[in-house]
Amino acid sequence: MTVLRTGLASAALLLAGGGALAAATDGFRAFTTETARRVAVRRQPVDLPAVVLQDQSGARFTLADLRGKWLLVDFIYTRCPTVCTVLGGDFARLERQLAGPIAQGRVRLLSISFDPTHDPPVRLAAYLDRFGGRSPAWQAARPLTAEALRRLTAAFGVTVIPDGLGGFTHNAAIHLVDPEGRLADIFDLGDPVRISEAVLRSLDP
Amino acid sequence: MTSGRWPLPVRLAVLLMLVLMTTPVRHVLEASMTAQMLVQLPLLVVAGWLISLGVTARALTRVERWNHSGITGLIVATVAAAFWMLPRSLDASTSHPLMAAAKYLSVPLLIGLPFALSWRRMGFVLRGLILAEIVASCFRLGWLYRISPIRLCTNYGLDDQRRLGGILLALGGGLLVWLAWKLLWGRFETVSRIRPGEGRVYRRTVQTRYCRTPPHVASIRRESDRHSNRGDDAVMAQHIELEHGAAAGV
Repeated sequence: MTVLRTGLASAALLLAGGGALAAATDGFRAFTTETARRVAVRRQPVDLPAVVLQDQSGARFTLADLRGKWLLVDFIYTRCPTVCTVLGGDFARLERQLAGPIAQGRVRLLSISFDPTHDPPVRLAAYLDRFGGRSPAWQAARPLTAEALRRLTAAFGVTVIPDGLGGFTHNAAIHLVDPEGRLADIFDLGDPVRISEAVLRSLDP
Repeated sequence: MTSGRWPLPVRLAVLLMLVLMTTPVRHVLEASMTAQMLVQLPLLVVAGWLISLGVTARALTRVERWNHSGITGLIVATVAAAFWMLPRSLDASTSHPLMAAAKYLSVPLLIGLPFALSWRRMGFVLRGLILAEIVASCFRLGWLYRISPIRLCTNYGLDDQRRLGGILLALGGGLLVWLAWKLLWGRFETVSRIRPGEGRVYRRTVQTRYCRTPPHVASIRRESDRHSNRGDDAVMAQHIELEHGAAAGV
């Protein structure tokens, strides 16, 4: 009798446990927070806050001002010696690969600094110069308040942690914002061809 | 306060959980992946084990009707442990209050407690299997953390992950050496005995080389010794009688 009861309880618990684990991993697809946020935005695009940003020329704008265009967004800090350099290189190549739609005003690039105190407009301009991004379609910008930064990173799902050496560790990726101003997709860095193909598909579905 | 009626181990467990939940302790133990996985989570499991010491005999009998050889409890603990081994669960437990509460309650109650209750019911083979699986997990995770160029937790840095990997490999190695030592120089046997008054079977795996003569065997031996002594006395008396008789008859 004990054996039978144990068998029944075990079978029920295995089913329930399997279901719980499937739910906790989006059907065994997302085991990390980074994958989870990508799965989530593909399923349901995320509305973004219209916080005030300041670009490399000192001009102020919000993400809402850029609606109607497809927007590629990355998060950087200009002192970053490693991963942000890769992001900058990717954006430079995307700018070339997407030159057509950019010239038509259908696609824009935006690099947002999460270290606004160290990244005034002059540093943002220097960052763009470093990667040859001199077209008006690639902006570098910083949020003006800590609250704006917090709301932006929360909406995009970007986590920034101090690396103990004065710099930061962050989950680096390239984000695609649709013309309705919603975060619609997230890509790995290092593969700009894949991103430009995805953007071109989005432009002409 | 009802806590006055709780057994001492349960009160200690609640105290341990409350200490682990306080902001400064949380802050220190969740600042690194290593401290969270090798200090905080094991201490929460210990809290669950403490609770298992305070379970009354009656409740235990009821649980054991559903827990043949500890299988059911093992499944509960394994599923809960699998959930808390997900990097995204660990991340969420440090940034979302609800997930934090879930961690502080579920690790003791769904991992530590059922595992401790089940371990006492398990036979030698199942125990060996679990120990081998723990060693294998240490090596698997240690290796993954050591070589992965990607951070698995967004809240922790790569150097932290690598350090944890190294410690896990060392832990796995240490456990393996200990297990091999036991297998080579220890003998395993499962002893069942009934404790008087409770009518419940306790199973213990013991190393027979260190085992004293079981009490019932010792008492039988004493009894037979007494009988044989009595026999010897009787034989002696006969001898004496014979000698006396012989002497009288002569």
